Amino acid sequence: MSFGDLLEVSVGPHHPSTHGVFRMRVTLDGETVVRLKPVFGYLHRNHEKIAESISYLGSMPFTDRLDYMNAMSNNWAYALAVEKLTGQSVPERAEYVRIILAELTRLLNHVCLAGFLLQDMGASGTPLMYAFREREKILDLFESLSGSRMMCNFQRFGGCRQDLSADWLREAGRLIDRFGPFLDEFELLLAGNEIVLARTQGVGVLPRALAISAGATGPVLRASGVAYDLRQADGYGLYPRFPFRVPYGTHGDTYDRYRVRVLEMRESLGILRQALATLPEGPVLDPKARLRGLRPKAGEAYGRIEGPKGEIGFYLVSDGGPNPYRYRVRPPSLINLTALEDMCLGHTLADAVVILGSIDIVLGEVDR
Amino acid sequence: MDLASPPDASGTLPGVLCTTVETLTRWGRSHSVWPLQFGLACCAIEMIAASMARFDIARFGSEVFRPSPRQADLLIVSGTVTKKMAPMVVRLWNQMPDPKYCIAMGACAISGGPFHTGYNVVPGVDTLIPVDVYVPGCPPRPEALLHGLLTLQEQIRRRTFVPRPESPIPDYGPRDLIVSPPPHGAAGTDS
Amino acid sequence: MEPLERIRDRIDARFGSGAATLVPNPSPSAQHSLLLRSDQAAAIAAFLRDDAELCLDYCSNVSGLDWPAAGHLEVVYHLYSMTCRHGPVIIRVRTADRGPGAAAPSLALVWRSAELQEREVFDLFGITFWGHPDLRRLLMWDDYAEYPLRKDFGKGAA
Repeated sequence: MSFGDLLEVSVGPHHPSTHGVFRMRVTLDGETVVRLKPVFGYLHRNHEKIAESISYLGSMPFTDRLDYMNAMSNNWAYALAVEKLTGQSVPERAEYVRIILAELTRLLNHVCLAGFLLQDMGASGTPLMYAFREREKILDLFESLSGSRMMCNFQRFGGCRQDLSADWLREAGRLIDRFGPFLDEFELLLAGNEIVLARTQGVGVLPRALAISAGATGPVLRASGVAYDLRQADGYGLYPRFPFRVPYGTHGDTYDRYRVRVLEMRESLGILRQALATLPEGPVLDPKARLRGLRPKAGEAYGRIEGPKGEIGFYLVSDGGPNPYRYRVRPPSLINLTALEDMCLGHTLADAVVILGSIDIVLGEVDR
Repeated sequence: MDLASPPDASGTLPGVLCTTVETLTRWGRSHSVWPLQFGLACCAIEMIAASMARFDIARFGSEVFRPSPRQADLLIVSGTVTKKMAPMVVRLWNQMPDPKYCIAMGACAISGGPFHTGYNVVPGVDTLIPVDVYVPGCPPRPEALLHGLLTLQEQIRRRTFVPRPESPIPDYGPRDLIVSPPPHGAAGTDS
Repeated sequence: MEPLERIRDRIDARFGSGAATLVPNPSPSAQHSLLLRSDQAAAIAAFLRDDAELCLDYCSNVSGLDWPAAGHLEVVYHLYSMTCRHGPVIIRVRTADRGPGAAAPSLALVWRSAELQEREVFDLFGITFWGHPDLRRLLMWDDYAEYPLRKDFGKGAA
């Protein structure tokens, strides 16, 4: 459809660069984006409604399928919300296990994002190949622990499903030792690459004030210059025990969003090393923890963690019954898209694709 | 390869195989299945993983993921088909030229999977378009998808392809998706 | 962060008594909330955002709730402060009834992050937000006539 000299293009829901079934209705003046309206819901799987008809524990496998790159951290966010609702405590070793798994998930997510982002810029195949090579190594660890590559269903209210074996810890240590050199190599390949710089620097700027108002979280927020990381701001789990830096950008452009993630991976490696070195002995599940037949007292709780994509939270309302009365997921991928139009206006359509890639969305979580 | 042996070795030159054009076509077709680059949900990530170095779908001639349905032979329905997405899935299928095949990858595409009770979830993509191979799993491992592809290749070599009629495109209704019964029958006949 | 009772008293002092009511939460989470009078909710929200001590600059989560027994719908906002690093302050707004005219004030002009989330609440609960810049269905298609997250969805009564 055209309005005078403007051209309206529908990008998606089937489009190679929309990272799933996301759709944008873009109005173009020549090649320049003058209007961009996202259209959601093509993967709306009714997670929140289904959760109201199954038990608290029954929703745990569904959280895997929200942001399907990061099952382990989704599990943690949900477990945390239920633990707040019931007042359940978590053994020390389980907190360590959660941190180890969440940081591995962060590595997994960020490395794949880097691969996909570069793919969007036209680096067809190669960076993504390297990223997926590392992903496979982490997935092997997850699989040997939980039995599934992607859908781990691992955290429980009051701990974790299973303990980490000595073999697993040795393998994880080896992976962490090798991940640093991989990052060096990856950066050598790309940092300073003229095309990457031209396509990302000054593109898709998200100003600091807008980032806060639009509720951006995670690397998108930090790239805009707000050093707000729930691992430090909330200090949930045992994160206060682990010193680490929160990388943040100054320009809020696509380049900063990419760099923040690369730096975050290095900090995650630091956290992982500390956690593996100081992992305490003990149970990984509170012996008094109630899993089946859980009936929390009437009330509500909101629990949130710093997922790889931003703040993933669960808001649970209980009426005293075995199923949640209301189950709400706070999806970072969706809310980070609030300012998508503001970031894309004035850029070309090809840049809009890269900007979308740099926000890092997963449609399972956007639409739920 | 199931090319027929020469009927009589004495009358033919060494290194020559006799076969029918149909068999040769099917054989060639089965080893150059180009999938549509089309991801729906979680399974799409495993589909991408199958095309990466570790699992390497290129070994079976299917690494050419085409972004346009006009250039694709195979629709891998990799994830939950929601009612909002259903018309687009059918339209993409209709836009693919014959001969074309469909793999339903994962529990959601087969039956709606864990989400089958949802108000916006299609209980199986075979209610909309014909499916040749079902690959169970949630999500299936990349090896499982490769096995599904090999099963499809087997079918292609065994069956005469019958052109697929257009599948009716469902409409959005005020309460539900309006789906006409699909005209498709069996995927082909063994010969 | 200052206790919720004090926040309520400050809101009452400024917007008249009864502008905010404390809703206790008996669960171990102890996340109590403030019920705002709906005609003043937008002004109170702006006050919470701009107040130097509270500076609740970040609206994290917007959630709808259906209470058929009480005969109203409810919207819950979880507010945090990125500047002062505290929170959550939870505010709730109720509609008058559950009928087709169920409405609540939009806070999307106070916190931009409520924009898409209020659209979602409109889509799934059927709450009309006055003053919302772009109120359309978010997840379901435009012609869809039902509100799936209401408790009576699929039970005959639309």
